[in-house]
Amino acid sequence: MKASARRQSWLIALPVMALLLWTVVYPNVAVIAGSFEDGLGHWREFAASPADREALWTSLVISVASVFASLAIGVPLAFLLGRFEFPGRRLLRAVATLPAALPPLVGVIAFLFLYGESGLVTRVVQRALGMAEAPWRLKGVGAIVFVHAYTMYVYVFLFVSAGLERFDATLDEAASGLGANTWQRLRRVTLPLLMPAVAGSALLVFMNALGSFSAPYVFGGGLRVLSTQILASKTNGAMGLAYVETTVLALSAVAGLVLFRWLDRKRRYTLASKGGRSRRTIRSRRIQILTTVASAVIVVALVLPHLMVILVSFARDGAWTTQVLPPEYTFENYRRLFTESELWKPITNSVSMALIATAANLVVCFIAGYLIVLRKFGGRGLLELLVALPWAIPATAIALGLAATFNRNDLLTGRVLLVGTFWILPLAYFIRDIPLVASAVESSLRQMDASLEDAARGLGASWMMTMRRVVLPAARPGLVAGGLLAAVTAVGEFVASVVLYTHSNRPISMEILAQLRALAFGTAASYSVLLIFLVLLMTLAARSFEERLA
Amino acid sequence: MTGAPDGLARSDGKDDKTGRGPLALNGVTRRFGEFTAVDNVSFEVGPGELLALVGASGSGKTTTLRMAAGYETPDSGTVTLGGKDITRVPPERRGFGMVFQHYALFPHMPVEDNVAFGLEARRVSKVERLVKARAALASVGLEGAGSRPIQSLSGGEQQRVALARALVIEPRALLLDEPLSNLDPTLRHAMRDDLRAMLRRVGVPALFVTHDQEDAFAVADRIALLKKGKLLQVGTPEELYNSPISREVAAFIGRGSIVPAIDKGSTATVTIGGVARDLNVTRPKGVAPHLETAFVVLRPDALELSRSAGVLAWRGRITNRRFAGGVVVYRVQLADGISVDVESLSGEAHEDDNVSISPLKGPFPLVPA
Repeated sequence: MKASARRQSWLIALPVMALLLWTVVYPNVAVIAGSFEDGLGHWREFAASPADREALWTSLVISVASVFASLAIGVPLAFLLGRFEFPGRRLLRAVATLPAALPPLVGVIAFLFLYGESGLVTRVVQRALGMAEAPWRLKGVGAIVFVHAYTMYVYVFLFVSAGLERFDATLDEAASGLGANTWQRLRRVTLPLLMPAVAGSALLVFMNALGSFSAPYVFGGGLRVLSTQILASKTNGAMGLAYVETTVLALSAVAGLVLFRWLDRKRRYTLASKGGRSRRTIRSRRIQILTTVASAVIVVALVLPHLMVILVSFARDGAWTTQVLPPEYTFENYRRLFTESELWKPITNSVSMALIATAANLVVCFIAGYLIVLRKFGGRGLLELLVALPWAIPATAIALGLAATFNRNDLLTGRVLLVGTFWILPLAYFIRDIPLVASAVESSLRQMDASLEDAARGLGASWMMTMRRVVLPAARPGLVAGGLLAAVTAVGEFVASVVLYTHSNRPISMEILAQLRALAFGTAASYSVLLIFLVLLMTLAARSFEERLA
Repeated sequence: MTGAPDGLARSDGKDDKTGRGPLALNGVTRRFGEFTAVDNVSFEVGPGELLALVGASGSGKTTTLRMAAGYETPDSGTVTLGGKDITRVPPERRGFGMVFQHYALFPHMPVEDNVAFGLEARRVSKVERLVKARAALASVGLEGAGSRPIQSLSGGEQQRVALARALVIEPRALLLDEPLSNLDPTLRHAMRDDLRAMLRRVGVPALFVTHDQEDAFAVADRIALLKKGKLLQVGTPEELYNSPISREVAAFIGRGSIVPAIDKGSTATVTIGGVARDLNVTRPKGVAPHLETAFVVLRPDALELSRSAGVLAWRGRITNRRFAGGVVVYRVQLADGISVDVESLSGEAHEDDNVSISPLKGPFPLVPA
C-alpha cells in the first residue's frame, strides 16, 4: 500500500520535475557552461573590463541603497498607519499600495513625465525659482534609487504592516509595566519582533533592485549596471561575455539570499496572532495638523504618477515641448490604438501570451503544490527547490538562459528552436511566475486538514474524485490569487521581454519603449493607461470568479 | 497579614512618584462607548494582602485590573497608592509588577533577559541585572534556566518566569491576570500554594483576577466579587460563603440551592412539598429585620440524606450520584421543582432511589431577593 502510494507520487512528480529541470535548471546550466566555453577566457575578459567591474559595483550599490530607501519610507509609514488614528488615515491607507499597481516600465515613464528634465514638477520648480535650466537631472544612481524607492517601498510597508497587525499588544504592555519608556519599548521589543518582516521585505527589495532593468535602462544615462550590460553584450554578439555577466548577476542574487538568511538565522519564534491593539488617536493639535499635512503630501506624491500618465495619454504626440503641461489634448491616441493594426498587435500579443503562461503556471504549480504539501515522498525537497529557483534568479538571467538554450533544434542536447518564435516569451513568463503561483497554492493547501484526503479515500472516493472534490477546492483560493498575480506581471512584463522579443510578438512594454524613443509621449502613455486598465480588469475578474465559487 | 517590609527601595533611583502602602480604587468607572465595563467600583488592598477579583467573563474584572495597572484610565474615580493619586500615572512610571494571562514573555529573548528587562529599563548595570535576575529565577524554583529560550519552557515554567520578571523590579504592587488559568489541573493545584506563599513573602498589595472561585478561595485573603461591572461584595472567602449579601453572591459563591423562605428574624421557614421547616439563619448586615421576600441557601454540607422516610423530612428522588473523594454528592429532585445537592459519607443510595432530606443545624445564609 505504502510502496504503491510512493510509486504513484513519483509517477505524478516525474513529468513536472522533468519539465522544470528542462526549462529552469538546464538554461542556467547552459549559461554557466557557456561562460567557460573559452576556458577562463571570458572570465578574464570580464575581470579586465572596467565597464563590467563598474557595472557589478553599481548594481550592488543601487540594490543596497534601494533597500535602505524603501525601509526609510515603508517602516515609518507602516507604523503611522498601523498605530495611529488621524484625519486622512483612510485615504492614505487606500493609496499606500498604489505604486505596486504600476507595471515596472509605466512607473518609470510616469517619473519621466513628472521629474524628468521636461517633466511637470521639474518645470514648475524651475519657473518658480526663475532658473534658466532644469534644477536637476533625472539620471544616474540617485534617479534609479528614487524610482525603486517609490515602487518597492510597498513590499516593506505590506510586510511590516502585517507584522504590526499580528503583534501581540500585551508584549508592549508588559514592557511598559516593567518601566520601559516608548523608545526602550521600540528598540528592545517592537523592532526586534518585527525583524523577520523587515528582513523578508528587505530581501525582496534587494532581489528586485538587483534584477531591475527598466529604471537603469531609461534613467541610466551612461551608467552601467549588470542587467543592462548583459543586453548590451548580447546585442553586440559577445555571447561569452554575456554568459559571464549573467552568471555574476545570478551569483550576486544567490549571495544576497544567503546573506539575508544568515542575518535572520537566530529567529526561532513566531508572532502569535492575537489581534492587534487599537490605534492611538493623536491628541496634540500641532502634531495632528503636522501628520495630516504630511499624509496629504504623501497621498499627492503617490497618486501623481498615475494621474500624470492619464493626463499625458490625452496629449497630442509631439506637441508637448517646453510647456509645463501638454498644450493640446485629444482622444486620437486611444482611437489609433484600437484602429491601427500595428498598434493593436502588441495588446493582443501581451494578453494572449500572459494567458498562455498563466494557464501553464496553474496546471504545473497545482501539481507541484499538491506533491509538496500533501505527499510525503523522497523527491519533495528537490521539487521545492525547483519551484523556488526562478525567484532567486534575476529575470535578465532567466531570459539569457532561454536565449542560450532554445536557440536551435538539437534534440540530442534537449534543445528546441523557440528563440525568434512566438513561444519564447510565454515560456519566459511561465518560468518567472512559477514561484509566485506555487507558493500561493502551497499556502492554500497547507490550510487544508491533511486528513481530509484520507477521509475522502476512506469513504471510497477514487484518486481522481478526491483530487476534483477535495484537493482542488482547497487549492482554489491560491490558484485564483496566484493566477491573478501571474497574469498581471506577465501582461506588463518588460525585463525578460526586452532580451527575447521579436517584432511579431512584441508585448505592450516594448511598444511603450518604442513610442517613447520616437518621442510619441501621448501614445506611450495611452498604452500605459491601457495596461493599468487591463490589470484592473483582471483583478475584478478574479474577484468576481472567486465570489461566484465561494 | 504582614506589613510591607521596609528597605524595599527602588533600584533605579527615580523619584518616588507613586508612593507606597495600600492600593485603592475609589469609585472607578470605565465606559466603552455605550457599554459600562466597570461601574463605580471601590476597594482597597493592604500591603501584603491578597485580593482576588472574581467574576464571570465580561464582569469587568480585567478592566478593573488594567485600571489599577494604568493600561486603562478611568472615566471617573481615582486610583491611589499609599494615599497618593496615581490615576493618570502611566504604567511605566508606576513600578507595579504585572503577570499577564498569557504571560506576555518576549519571544526573542532568553529567560534571563526577560526577567532582567525591567532592570534594563531602569538602567541597572549589567552585572547587577544578572545577579538579581538569577536570584529571582531561583526564588521561583528555576535556577539555571536563564539561558533557555522561552519556546522551550512548559506552561508552568513560563508562569514562573513571568512571576520572576514581575518580582525582580521590587514592585510596589503585584497585579496578576488569571495567573492559574493556563495551567493543567494538577499543576494548578500545586501552584495555588506556591503562589500564595510567594505573594505573601513580597509584602506588597497583590491583586489578582480569576473566574475560578476555587483559585480565589485557595489563594486570596479577601475576594471582591464583580458582576456586570458592579461590585457585589468584598470580604473574606468565609464571609462570602457564609454571609452572602445578595442572592447573586450566593448563586456565584459555593454550590447550593437557593430556595424561597419566610423571614422570621433569626429563623426562616422553608416549605417544600407541604413540609415546613424552621431554619437558623445568618442575616447579612444592613438588611431589613423582616424581608417580604427572602431566600435561604441550602449548601450540600448543611443537608442530610436518609433512605428512611422521616415525617418532617423533604421527600425526593436521586437523579444523579457523583463520587467526590471521601464524600458522595447526590442530586435530589424535591417537590415544587426544587432540586438540591447533598453530601453524604455513605454511598449506599443510588440513582432513582427515593430518599428524604433534612436540614442540619445551620445556620443557613439568608439573602434578599
